[in-house]
Amino acid sequence: MLRVKNLHAAAAGHEILRGIDLSIDAGEVHAIMGPNGSGKSTLARVLAGHPEYQVTGGEVLYDGQDLLAMDPETRARLGVFMAFQYPVEIPGVNNAYFLKAALNAVRAQRGQEELDAVEFMTLVRERMGVLGIDEALLNRPVNEGFSGGEKKRNEIFQMAVLEPRLGILDETDSGLDIDALKIVATGVNAMRRGDRAFLLVTHYQRLLNYVVPDFVHVLAEGRIVRSGGKELALELEEKGYGWLEPSYTEPSAQLAEALPRRQPVGG
Amino acid sequence: MAYTLDSWLAEWKRAKQSRPRLASLDRISGAAFETFQAHGFPTTREEDWRFTSVAPIADNSFALVMEPRTAGLDIARLRLPGDVATELVFVDGRYVAGLSRLPALPAGSRAESLAAAIASPHEQIQTHLTRVASFDRGPFLALNTAFLVDGAFVELAPGTILQQPIHLLFVATGRDNGRTTMAHPRVLAVLGANSQATIVETYVGPDTIGYFTNAVTEIVLGENAVLDHYTRQYEGTAAHHVGAIYTEAQRSATCTLHGINVGGGLVRNDIVTTLDGEGIDCTLNGLYLSDERRLVDNHTTIDHARPHCASREIYKGILADHARGVFNGKIIVRPDAQKTDAKQTNRALLLSEDAQINTKPQLEIFANDVKCTHGAAVGQLDDEAMFYLRSRGLSAGHARQLLIHAFAADVLNRLPLESIRADVEFRLQRQLTAKLRAA
Repeated sequence: MLRVKNLHAAAAGHEILRGIDLSIDAGEVHAIMGPNGSGKSTLARVLAGHPEYQVTGGEVLYDGQDLLAMDPETRARLGVFMAFQYPVEIPGVNNAYFLKAALNAVRAQRGQEELDAVEFMTLVRERMGVLGIDEALLNRPVNEGFSGGEKKRNEIFQMAVLEPRLGILDETDSGLDIDALKIVATGVNAMRRGDRAFLLVTHYQRLLNYVVPDFVHVLAEGRIVRSGGKELALELEEKGYGWLEPSYTEPSAQLAEALPRRQPVGG
Repeated sequence: MAYTLDSWLAEWKRAKQSRPRLASLDRISGAAFETFQAHGFPTTREEDWRFTSVAPIADNSFALVMEPRTAGLDIARLRLPGDVATELVFVDGRYVAGLSRLPALPAGSRAESLAAAIASPHEQIQTHLTRVASFDRGPFLALNTAFLVDGAFVELAPGTILQQPIHLLFVATGRDNGRTTMAHPRVLAVLGANSQATIVETYVGPDTIGYFTNAVTEIVLGENAVLDHYTRQYEGTAAHHVGAIYTEAQRSATCTLHGINVGGGLVRNDIVTTLDGEGIDCTLNGLYLSDERRLVDNHTTIDHARPHCASREIYKGILADHARGVFNGKIIVRPDAQKTDAKQTNRALLLSEDAQINTKPQLEIFANDVKCTHGAAVGQLDDEAMFYLRSRGLSAGHARQLLIHAFAADVLNRLPLESIRADVEFRLQRQLTAKLRAA
């Protein structure tokens, strides 16, 4: 589904991603972990098409298409969804109106008819229940005055309504208490399907107790320095990021090559 | 003097012949024209006109229309939807009875052509006309006074509550006998004590003609009177529109002025509100949109002359392309006006790097126990919000449209008349849509 090859990206002239290779297939859940400043969020935002970043090298294929050539709305309509680390407050834009416009944009791309107000509300009410979203939240401006937890839940709620093929969660777990974390995890798990993949960007192993990944990658200084199964996350939790230090304070091509690589499973 | 005023003198002489006969008005008109001649048009060397050159008006000659032509004029879509208390229609500054809607008003109240009211003549006319907005307060006021031939007169008897709005529709045709037209409509509204009304003024005209509208509205609010006043300036995009609203409010009155500016190539509005009694509540809501090379200049003055008055002012502007905006908000708090509570906000949204806003709050406070705040902000569309909306599948054009609408929303939400709110939203969208799709 997603093939990231030697991806380099910079912001304000400062290189952040220094050659990312990553393959995600349908049905898989990948977790990207790493210390602050390692480029985790940058990777998520580059994949979503944030204009702040310049891709300086490499390529990203999404279903064989050049993802990096697409504008953000095209990516979204083709099924790429990023849950924001810091969801943006947009005063004056009604949450329900926004979500309906987004859903109909995505549906149009899929060749589905627009939903009318009644059909939309039926769908929305069903998805709200799972995520414990209060209906009053729908009629407020987008994210305005939402608590941190409400914002994060609202992101997952949007994802549940838009039904993307690739869900990217950018530190959705940060700042959540355990109850909110469980709600978010329930929402994500309910969406796991054979034709859908997830990329979980997280600083903490905690989320991975509830959303169990198929693969874990460790990002440091803009490169993936370790890849493994879910047990890698536990190892990180135990030892901290410090134990990776030697391998990324002096990264070299040879070392990067020497690191274990995940073999793509399936198609 | 930079400009020659010959053509204005010739037109003024023509105007004299068609003016309603009233000796006192004849004298005032003459004095006003002398004042105008002595001063001439303002130049950008004057502080009040620093950012607004009126050369496109001063360098042109405009014809006053004696007999408006209404054949083929379709105003169906300009009418206020729903029931109205009265709808007076003016074409090129002249009242047209045939196009107006005149349901019966409660006893003691009237809404009629100013020319007819002057001819009556009426007591309130004698007392207030040209007094509230006296012609020595600015050259365009002097010009309007000199050219005063018609307009609207609204009077509410004390205690009268009008449920339906009064609509004053000013339509410009722009051309008369091959000449570009001008109009100097005057509105006088006198609301008796404890009365309540909604008055809507609408200015419209063709997009391609650089005609000139120079409107003056005088408002007198009696004790405890409540007024919601709307100005919808939808002039053609090449038009020159100068408008002044002078309001005098008495004790415990509630005065709300909504100023919507979407049209006009060169637009200058002066709003002066004098709070001349205790406990007055004054609200100014402004929303303007300009694009291409158009200019909108809003000058407002709220004069707190007595204690315990509150004023709330919020002006928001959207500027695209090479458009320019000017906002000057003056708040005067006189020595007597203790316990004044004044709040002013103005924000501008610049949609292009070439758009410009000059904004200046001007607080003149002579009392010590007052609360006065002001805030000004200029910004572009928020990049993060744009990305957020697009990352959910909305096109860039749709995202921009939503954010612009959101920017305008808090002023729009302050427009109590639903039909007007919807209409203003429609006008904003229409003016911006082509631009946003292209961007």
